[in-house]
Amino acid sequence: MPHDGHDHTEPPKDIALRVKALESLLIEKGLVDPEALDEIVETYETKVGPQRGAKVVARAWSDPDFKARLLENGTEAIVDMGYEGRQGEHMRVVENTATTHNLVVCTLCSCYPWPVLGLPPVWYKSAPYRSRAVIDPRGVLAEFGTSLGENVDVRVWDSTSELRYLVLPERPAGTENCSLEQLEQLVSRNSMIGVELARTPEQAGIE
Amino acid sequence: MNGAHDMGGVQGFGPINAEPEATEPLFHANWERPVFALTLACGMLGKWNIDMSRHARERQAPTDYLNNSYYETWLVGIQTLLVEAGLVSTSELESGKMETATSGIHAPDRAQAARILAAGGPTNMDLDITPKFKIGDRVRVINTHHAGHTRIPRYARGRVGTVDHYNGVHVFADANAFGRREGHPQYNICFSASELWGNPPQARDSVCIDLWQPHLEPA
Repeated sequence: MPHDGHDHTEPPKDIALRVKALESLLIEKGLVDPEALDEIVETYETKVGPQRGAKVVARAWSDPDFKARLLENGTEAIVDMGYEGRQGEHMRVVENTATTHNLVVCTLCSCYPWPVLGLPPVWYKSAPYRSRAVIDPRGVLAEFGTSLGENVDVRVWDSTSELRYLVLPERPAGTENCSLEQLEQLVSRNSMIGVELARTPEQAGIE
Repeated sequence: MNGAHDMGGVQGFGPINAEPEATEPLFHANWERPVFALTLACGMLGKWNIDMSRHARERQAPTDYLNNSYYETWLVGIQTLLVEAGLVSTSELESGKMETATSGIHAPDRAQAARILAAGGPTNMDLDITPKFKIGDRVRVINTHHAGHTRIPRYARGRVGTVDHYNGVHVFADANAFGRREGHPQYNICFSASELWGNPPQARDSVCIDLWQPHLEPA
C-alpha cells in the first residue's frame, strides 16, 4: 500500500471499514459505477462457475470429434460452447491418460481459467499449494486423497503466461450408459484442476 | 523480482487444508466482494494492464505479502495503482474524502462492464516474427535477477528444458508490466523433475511453464 501516513503504533482501521471508505471514494470520484460493481460480482456468483467446465468435459467424453477439437484448439472449442472472457482468452486443455496425470498451478499468483471454472478456491491461491505443487506434486495429490500408479507420470502446468489450463480427467469406468447430465455430475472442479480424479457414479450417487 | 510471490519450491508452509469443494463459499468475508469488484472495475478504466496489477501486488515487502490474505493483497494492489495512475491521492485514500474531482474519465456502466468481462484481454499479437526455437529444442532459461517484473519462476532460472509447444506471439509480460506492449514468441517448456529438483523419487515427473523467447537461450 502507498505510505498511509499512519504512525505505526496506531492500529490499522478494520479492513471492512477501509474497503467501504475506498468504495465510497471511488464512486464519489466517478471512477466506478456501483451498478458495474454489482454486475461484476453477480457474474461470478451466479453465472460463471465449474458447472461450465463440467459441461465441456462431459461433452469431450461423449463426442470424439469435439474432444479432438478441444485438445487441438481449446480456446476455439470452448468459445464454441459459449464460454469466453476474462482469464480464459487463451485456453489449453490437457488430457489425463493411463500414463499421464496433469496438475495445474500458478506459483507466481493465481492464474485460473475463470470462464470454465469460475474464481479459484482459497487453497489454489494459498502458499502451501503454490509452493508444493511443483516440487511435491504427489504429496499434494495424496493430501487430496488421490494416489496414482507408479507407471503414471505427473505433469505439472505452472500458469506463467495468459494461457489458462484445464485438465480433461479420465472418464471413469462403468459410465457407458450415463447421460450427458449424469456425466457432468462426475466432473468435480478439483478434477479439472487435477488434484482429484473424476467421481465414479457411486461417489456421485448415480445408480 | 525475487519477491515472496515467487513460491514454487518453497518449503515449510505446511498442509493445504483445502475446504470441501461442495461447501466452500466464493467469498469468505463481505469486504472481499467489493475488493474483487473494485479491482476489476478500476482495471476497466484502461490506466494499467494485468501485468502492472500483478507487479503492484508482488512489490509489497515479502513480509507483507506473506502476512496478507489474498484479497488484502488485491486491496494493496488497487490502492498502489490508483495512486500511481494519479486517479486518487494518498491523502484521499487516508481520509476517504474526495479532494480533487476526476475529469475526462468514463467509468463503464453495467452493460459496458459485462461486455468487457466477456471480451477479456487477448494477448496474442499479429506480428511477423519467426520463432527462434522449434518443438523438441533444448533450451536454457536465462539466469536473471532484475528487480522488475518477470514471469520466470526462480526455480526454473538457469535450468534446461525442452520446447514442447509453440504458443504464438504474445504480449511480453515482463515489459508490459512497465507499460511497454511488445510481442515475442512464446513457448511451453517442459523440465524434468530431476532437472529442477535434483533427485526426486519420481524422476519422470515434469513441470511445464510458458516462457517468452527473451527468457530462453539455446542449450
